Amino acid sequence: MTATVFSRPPLREVAVTGIGMVSPLGLDGVSTWEGLLEGRSGIGPITRFDTAGLAATIAGEVRGFRPEDYLPRKEARRTPLFMAYAVAAARMALEDAALGEELSRDGRTGVYVGCGIGGLEVMEENFRIMAERGPGRVSPFLIPHFIGNMAGGMVAMHLGLRGANLTFATACAAGAHAVGEAFRRVRDGYADVMLAGGSEAVVTRTCLAGFAAMKALSTRNDAPEAASRPFDKDRDGFVVGEGACFLVLENLDKARARGARIYARIRGYDSGCDAYHITAPEPEGAGMAACMTGALLDGGLAPETVGWVNAHGTGTPLNDVCETRAIREVFGEHAQTLAVSAVKSMTGHLLGAAGAFAAGVSALGLFHGILPPTRNLDHPDPACDLDYIPKKARKRAVEAALTNAFGFGGTNASLLMTADSGTERDPT
Amino acid sequence: MSVEDKVRKVIAEKLDVDIDEVVPEASLVEDLGADSLDLVELMMSMEDVFDVDISDEQAEKLRTVKDVIDFLESL
Repeated sequence: MTATVFSRPPLREVAVTGIGMVSPLGLDGVSTWEGLLEGRSGIGPITRFDTAGLAATIAGEVRGFRPEDYLPRKEARRTPLFMAYAVAAARMALEDAALGEELSRDGRTGVYVGCGIGGLEVMEENFRIMAERGPGRVSPFLIPHFIGNMAGGMVAMHLGLRGANLTFATACAAGAHAVGEAFRRVRDGYADVMLAGGSEAVVTRTCLAGFAAMKALSTRNDAPEAASRPFDKDRDGFVVGEGACFLVLENLDKARARGARIYARIRGYDSGCDAYHITAPEPEGAGMAACMTGALLDGGLAPETVGWVNAHGTGTPLNDVCETRAIREVFGEHAQTLAVSAVKSMTGHLLGAAGAFAAGVSALGLFHGILPPTRNLDHPDPACDLDYIPKKARKRAVEAALTNAFGFGGTNASLLMTADSGTERDPT
Repeated sequence: MSVEDKVRKVIAEKLDVDIDEVVPEASLVEDLGADSLDLVELMMSMEDVFDVDISDEQAEKLRTVKDVIDFLESL
């Protein structure tokens, strides 16, 4: 009789091998990336509903999206946007990774999604129907089209992925939590491939009214393209955006063995909480700093290896100052030499999708050796004194990038990614 | 428009099928691809279009296009 040896499998390395995006800058990753490098704004007057009476009447809407390109006709007609964007971005990410028949559908490939809110437009419509015509007229699709985890459910259903299917509802950090937790699932050996991303589509009257009531939104309605201005002294709040981004995360050895294109490697991740206030960040940025440090420790990389911080950078007065403080706290003198981008200056705030979108942007920046700019940075706030890559993209190959995402509830996430040198684990 | 024409039009729209497929003997579920949620929505549309009430018990008996047409004509 031979003794059974129970041992923990070694940790895997994790590669990003596919990226799919639907954003206010474009209907795929390529056009979105081009828009970011041009420093283009995806913000405009809201076209989808009557904005009468709203304090903020601008948003980063996705334009020209055709759900029928990604879903069967019947579903394309009725599926809420946050679910349709998710299926579109996930399909594009999977095609981009070119896994083909090597994709396991036996339960080892899972889907993690960040979604802060869900199908709000469906809820609004049915509230109206119930008020006008009574509960008997409420749609049987209200619940399945409202609940946030249905984006992940739809992705799995349409792509045939039977692995773990989890949704993170951690507000504006949700997408980063989804990517980070999926990274750990691959690193721990539970999955060889994970589709990880985020999706959000809440450009609705109620949502705009709610964020405006908090004084969280920019009201620069007469100049939409100049409204989202992270780190600028004249910033007056964020701009609601929408869209989805999915990444294919893959066991690095297997990705190399099949000759996959590797955009970047995810090396570390951490999450935590300010435990301070329902919406305001802790003023010293201690929670944010702890999270960034945690990601560096998780990846075992020194702060000096990081050349780029892809910031949460929302353009709210509080976030940008706190995040700047936190970056200074983590990096000390090195904060002077690293570059910081705030892509929300171009896309607006994709809320539950924002962290996944930022992770996709970080992977692309590391891969191409170009860092997207911070648009509208005309006069940096004296309290925001880092190099935020004002207005023009910068050609700069960096070894490592940190991606931040912070959400209401004080929830924080940071991801550590590195460029892939392609030499350390050559299968030959 | 006759009851039959109206019923076929609503079914074709709600289930996103070609109107030529919506023949009297077609089963809503097996032939036209409706799931349980589609059926609820379809009956709500019939109630709106014909300004009638269809109880759950009655709705459960309507399995084919012809069942729906006959039921609405009987009211």
